[in-house]
Amino acid sequence: MKHRYLPMTEQDKQAMLETIGVSTVDELFSDIPEKVRFKGEYNIKPAKSETALMKELFQLASRNADLKSNVSFLGAGVYDHYMPVIVDHVISRSEFYTAYTPYQPEISQGELQAIFEFQTMICELTGMDVANSSMYDGGTALAEAAMLSAGHTKRKTILVSSAVHPESREVLETYAKGQYLDVIEVPVKDGITDIEALKGLVNADVAAVVVQYPNFLGRIEPLKELEEIIHENKAMFVVSSNPLSLGILTPPGKFGADIVVGDAQPFGIPTAFGGPHCGYFAVTTKLMRKVPGRLVGQTTDDQGRRGFVLTLQAREQHIRRDKATSNICSNQALNALAASVAMTALGKKGVREIAAANLQKANYAKIAFKVAGFEVVNDGHSFNEFVVNLNKPVKEVNQQLLQKGIIGGYDLGRDYPVLAGHMLICVTEQRTKEEIDTLVKELGDLHA
Amino acid sequence: MHNQDQKLIFEVSTPGRVGYSLPEMDVPEADVAALLPEGYLREEEPLLPEVSELDIMRHYTSLSRRNHGVDSGFYPLGSCTMKYNPKINENVARYNGFAHIHPLQDESSVQGALELLYDLQQHLKEITGMDEVTLQPAAGAHGEWTGLMMIRAYHEANGDLKRTKVIVPDSAHGTNPASATVAGLETVTVKSNEDGLVDLEDLRRVVGEDTAALMLTNPNTLGLFEENIVEIAEIVHEAGGKVYYDGANLNAVLSKARPGDMGFDVVHLNLHKTFTGPHGGGGPGSGPVGVKADLIPFLPRPVIAKRGDEYVLDYDRPQSIGRVKPYYGNFGINVRAYTYIRSMGPDGLKAVTEYAVLNANYMMRRLAEYYDLPFDRHCKHEFVLSGRRQKKLGVRTLDIAKRLLDFGFHPPTIYFPLNVEECIMIEPTETESKETLDSFIDIMIQIAKEAEENPEIVQEAPHTTVVGRLDETTAARKPVLRYQNA
Repeated sequence: MKHRYLPMTEQDKQAMLETIGVSTVDELFSDIPEKVRFKGEYNIKPAKSETALMKELFQLASRNADLKSNVSFLGAGVYDHYMPVIVDHVISRSEFYTAYTPYQPEISQGELQAIFEFQTMICELTGMDVANSSMYDGGTALAEAAMLSAGHTKRKTILVSSAVHPESREVLETYAKGQYLDVIEVPVKDGITDIEALKGLVNADVAAVVVQYPNFLGRIEPLKELEEIIHENKAMFVVSSNPLSLGILTPPGKFGADIVVGDAQPFGIPTAFGGPHCGYFAVTTKLMRKVPGRLVGQTTDDQGRRGFVLTLQAREQHIRRDKATSNICSNQALNALAASVAMTALGKKGVREIAAANLQKANYAKIAFKVAGFEVVNDGHSFNEFVVNLNKPVKEVNQQLLQKGIIGGYDLGRDYPVLAGHMLICVTEQRTKEEIDTLVKELGDLHA
Repeated sequence: MHNQDQKLIFEVSTPGRVGYSLPEMDVPEADVAALLPEGYLREEEPLLPEVSELDIMRHYTSLSRRNHGVDSGFYPLGSCTMKYNPKINENVARYNGFAHIHPLQDESSVQGALELLYDLQQHLKEITGMDEVTLQPAAGAHGEWTGLMMIRAYHEANGDLKRTKVIVPDSAHGTNPASATVAGLETVTVKSNEDGLVDLEDLRRVVGEDTAALMLTNPNTLGLFEENIVEIAEIVHEAGGKVYYDGANLNAVLSKARPGDMGFDVVHLNLHKTFTGPHGGGGPGSGPVGVKADLIPFLPRPVIAKRGDEYVLDYDRPQSIGRVKPYYGNFGINVRAYTYIRSMGPDGLKAVTEYAVLNANYMMRRLAEYYDLPFDRHCKHEFVLSGRRQKKLGVRTLDIAKRLLDFGFHPPTIYFPLNVEECIMIEPTETESKETLDSFIDIMIQIAKEAEENPEIVQEAPHTTVVGRLDETTAARKPVLRYQNA
């Protein structure tokens, strides 16, 4: 068997068998009981050459409608944003992507420093004191924030706004089952979390209240009012936030959030059918020693040179074992690097400019829909998404739009029965005026 | 700042420089303040760098040169399977039709992606000998928790509410007990015998009607195949528990023994280990979970299924444990793993394990003269040595690891598993040549001699890295976790 990934020659093999003192490789497997030994070969597809396999998989990929060949107005938690070309060049350096967790700091300073910079940038955007090195994604980060809150407050109920991403809420439910916590939804009123309903639900059993900012329906939640109610009840204030929006929105840290989580996908990470993306997790100093996942800290070597190490590891699963409150081990380091490069490329000015462009273009689109006679539902302050009532099945509309090279918005009827026939439309800085006008016209034609 | 310090990107920043090129603003602009509620327009600028594109590339190129990956040199980090990451995987994952599709697009517009995932599931079923596979978990630990949640749901569905204990061997990775805790279960430890294998007597003592599951990796963390696996599975099954396979060490048994045939009910795989998704500096990974038929109803939702010629996302799963992750898993890593499996084929995967095991045994035999070998029998894909002989000379395993850095090698895993004193755990993988193995062995022998003749050179290592040993105590006592503008 010759293969480009397997360098041993027959001669090597014989020499090695001799050193070991066996005559065949099979002897090395003699400890596998006969009864469970697998004989023969797997019944799977035969190997393909590099050329043939690339051709086959290219054709398979071509059967998907991608965001480069089509114009997308789909967001709902995963966004088509400007991806600085440089990002892929940096993460393609194999010193980064073929390394593992930086357990040996002397030969992992590059990765450790890059993570330290990532932690800093997330703190800056969210207005928080401490950020970890990444989580799997925004949904699991949100669930872990609820777990941390329950452990910290010794309370057993999590209140989550219905305007939090439906799939994140589902993930929260699963994690909560694991920890025997109750999850109660706070209803939405006029597109934002119902403050009066929240007042009726908070009590001494509530560990955390989780909201999203901007929320799933695109609206800006009133964090100031929410914070007062939540902290009055000594519950933890957890905010899930699109970090790109924080280029122009007042960060949750300014409003007294205890934990801010979300997904850094909008910064330089491809949509990739939902993953891998990059969860982030940021807290106030008082929760520093309870953060899940890995943290990188600054220190010095014996000659006074600055260096970076994994630190506060007493929090982590491999030390705490069954006392651990999170079992996260692998994270999304390479995607955190991608996000860092994108945040670096955008920088102080660009992050504001890109966030403002989202706000402006979405606002233009919203007005265009209204002018064309559409109902924009629960209209109010929003970021780059808003809800339009199409009065017809969104799935059908999207199939028709796709014929025109347009990937339409999200079908809200999937999660909110009262919003059947309503589309969540996302307009990022990537969309041109012409594309927006075309969408409005096409939907108008279908509407008529 | 020390004059040899690598600058942080924030220290390279100069006001007025930009590194971006945003799309044209081609719509009429409104007053931003009027578009947001009062008090919600950000006032303070975030401290992000202001740098040119070349500044960025030089910065990260410089960082990359301070980092050791598999492409830089040998990386025998035990239990992590640091094999070569094929470049075709990277190209395929970047095809527009894979990298740039949205998870919430209409199913009809992502049939190619669903077909790939479905076919990957089929391949993993055959490789593991299980009846169904979910690709949703994002990493190995996430897969462990998913599997345990399914086992818990299975027992609960049977009204078997007393089953709250998960048995793990004392040699298990710390993630196993942590996953059990997060799944709402308690951990019980089963001892290893003097051969490094599960002590059957102790297992019989700890199993009972409160047993939810036994978690095991086979070969175990010592690199030894659990020869009594059939009996182990029977003991647990007779007690009414399930047997969980931690797939961290699957590279040792491809085409040799399948978890499903060994009696395991649930298995998670680490696609970033055996199946070459790159480790990425710590992630992203992918942790699919395979199950036997009686656990299928509890799989996370949605399940990727095939109906006629169409691939669908099946949400109608009333007994499902629910979602464990938004969308459908780390698709990009799954694409890479699929590409790898299709590059190897059945005979290639068989050769992978044969060479992985051959390499480990060769290294073990050549090093046995110079380091203590706690378990003297054929190992599988990895083996453990003990540095206790060197410790008596004042040279600790940590010192040996640091000395290896001077020769351009990533050290093995050290001080794990916990049941071996001064443990050194070596996993060469099948993608390394004999020359590489020999050069590493020669240096290990040299270090053993240095420990006898010139211990200081080992104790004070590394001597050639960009920084020396770092003060981890101060890092933990006075944490500096972010850059602060001076």
